[in-house]
Amino acid sequence: MTATHLGMPAFPAAAREAVRDDVLRANLRRATHTIRDKRARAVSELADWDRLRAAGKAVKDHTLRHLDHYLLRLEAAVTAAGGTVHWAADAAEANRIVTALVLATGEREVVKVKSMATQEIGLNEALEAAGIAAYETDLAELIVQMGHDRPSHILVPAIHLNRAEIREVFRTEMGRWGRPAPDGLGDDPRELAEAARLHLREKFLHAKVAVSGANFMVAETGTMVVFESEGNGRMCLTLPETLISVVGIEKVVPTFRDLEIFLQTLPRSSTAERMNPYTTMWTGLGPSKGADGDGPAAFHLVLLDNGRTDTLADEVGRQALRCIRCSACLNVCPVYERAGGHAYGSVYPGPIGAILSPQLRGTDEEIDASLPYASTLCGACYEVCPVAIDIPEVLLHLRERVAQGGPATREGIRVRIRPARGHTAERAALRAARLLLERPGALRAGERLLSRARRLRPRRLPGPGRAWTDSRELPRPPREPFRDWWARERGGRA
Amino acid sequence: MRAALFVTCVNDALYPRTGVAVVRLLERLGVDVDFPAAQSCCGQPQYNTGYRYESEPLLRRTARAFAGYPYVVAPSGSCVAMIREHYPRIGARAAAEGRGNELADLAAGLVPRVYELTEFLVDVLGVTDVGAYFPHTVTYHPSCHGLRALGLGDRPRRLLAAVRGLDLIELPGAEECCGFGGTFAVKNPDVSAAMGADKVRAARATGAEVLCGADNSCLAHLDGTLRRAGAPLRTLHIAEILASTDEAATTTEGKHPR
Repeated sequence: MTATHLGMPAFPAAAREAVRDDVLRANLRRATHTIRDKRARAVSELADWDRLRAAGKAVKDHTLRHLDHYLLRLEAAVTAAGGTVHWAADAAEANRIVTALVLATGEREVVKVKSMATQEIGLNEALEAAGIAAYETDLAELIVQMGHDRPSHILVPAIHLNRAEIREVFRTEMGRWGRPAPDGLGDDPRELAEAARLHLREKFLHAKVAVSGANFMVAETGTMVVFESEGNGRMCLTLPETLISVVGIEKVVPTFRDLEIFLQTLPRSSTAERMNPYTTMWTGLGPSKGADGDGPAAFHLVLLDNGRTDTLADEVGRQALRCIRCSACLNVCPVYERAGGHAYGSVYPGPIGAILSPQLRGTDEEIDASLPYASTLCGACYEVCPVAIDIPEVLLHLRERVAQGGPATREGIRVRIRPARGHTAERAALRAARLLLERPGALRAGERLLSRARRLRPRRLPGPGRAWTDSRELPRPPREPFRDWWARERGGRA
Repeated sequence: MRAALFVTCVNDALYPRTGVAVVRLLERLGVDVDFPAAQSCCGQPQYNTGYRYESEPLLRRTARAFAGYPYVVAPSGSCVAMIREHYPRIGARAAAEGRGNELADLAAGLVPRVYELTEFLVDVLGVTDVGAYFPHTVTYHPSCHGLRALGLGDRPRRLLAAVRGLDLIELPGAEECCGFGGTFAVKNPDVSAAMGADKVRAARATGAEVLCGADNSCLAHLDGTLRRAGAPLRTLHIAEILASTDEAATTTEGKHPR
């Protein structure tokens, strides 16, 4: 995907750092529990939630099944409405297209609407390399960008920071990017938001080019849809002369009517809002065609694949493409709550990231091979997912690909993934276990051996066993295994 | 009524008292319990770590060991979820790989007969008051696979609430995972320990004497965490509480803390 995360340590090592950071853990716990509880209340208000969930799943599955058809319809509709459609097979191609489009305008600055797709391809870095400054305008993205930090959440990218930390970022960094923070800035959220508002207003009024993503694209009408809650996105989408939207191909829905489902499920799942605060929709250049300066005079849609077609080829894994990026799974995940978003080494953290990244990027990198194991399989993510992605099922499927190897599709070609390295001890243990578990006589002998050794009771185990005994006592072996009790007490009957 | 006990490998090797408790409880309720000795492990550790092929011989073994029994009862939501949720998938995948329908057929024959203990008590036997006596304060942690994969709902709580002398205290954040997660506990030990510490903190704050659960693997993790901290709270499988009676209060399984 992007070079930003390459060379990340595997998840367990990255998570270890996060777990030891008390401030981070407190920030995450407070934030995730607040959103989690609010979401549960907002969802429980709808009597037909289960049906909305099933409908959202069905629309997405149908669209993905006929993705080629709907993408071509979308292209025709966007073109008819005065837009230009570009196709990008991967991150590099998408970055090349956007960079060329911006350079062609003669501008060297762009304002950005919060977008996961442009983060996925590392667009800001690519633009910077071409001498183009990209300014994030979503409040949290602005904080992260100014703090030379990385987003740690899909919807709340600065969730790992508290307001005192945010004030520090504004005080020290805002001036380098444009209008500085006012003197004596406090850490009251209202004050912080006002400083960002004044800073960003300047950017909006200057910008000639904007870059966005989209939450949905309607095939029948060519309409793009952006959900946001600040209004900054709408500024970007309406004020500049040129608008470039980079959107993953899985974001298409067949008809305008399909939005009815997601207009209900997305806000409630993501921010626990009954109705989304700012929903911006535009169709090409609109009726004015940009002639009288109302809205952009040029609209470019860059359709991004970047591993999505390969993911679609996988019968179990393809359900990850239903994702509407609500982040309910992050907010409810006990592992995300402790490890934080950065440990996932991707712009897609949490449970959905653990199944998206190893599919979009492959499992060659250590971090990607470790992500399917970054879960207890507790199932809370599946329960809250508004498009019913069975995340535990996909995690298991990907664990199999890592541990056992198996078929996958890479750049359109069917390949066989070899089992990942570093699982040698695990495989040996499994072979040993199989010898016991396949022979009840041997199992019984092993259990008796364990019972005989019960007085040893080591407090700390060496080697891999340390992973258990560093934080926990070992179970105490019993005097005899159950099967011996049964043979003695009830044996005559069986 | 005849039922086979699927004690599970963890209980067989480490928590035989739970198996003994299930036998005494079911026999007290008039069930003719059998223990087919050919059983071993359901294959969950292998399957959940990514070794589907390693779990196949165990699917075969488990299905054959319990062939012919009208009911198969296991004191583990996790192992029952493995059978109910994943055996059919393992069978379907093998068939899709051109290896025939043997595993799919074995799974289909076994799945409808397998019950988690509290399911069997409430749904099949139709009892919530099992005649138990346990004069202690208890808080209950519903393990994830029982809660979400099997949808056990309030069955365990209803069973506990009907126990004479038992004072049931709600566990705040009960639905949150304890951090065990099978091999997760050793593959991601730091996150696992952090989750366990939070769960144990919540359980201790209830002031209960006993932290009860329906899965001994989760309880092994919590019990190990509690003992490392020197905490007085003890863990106990729900079967052992439900098996306790006035008379049994003085026998081994009622007396010894784990």
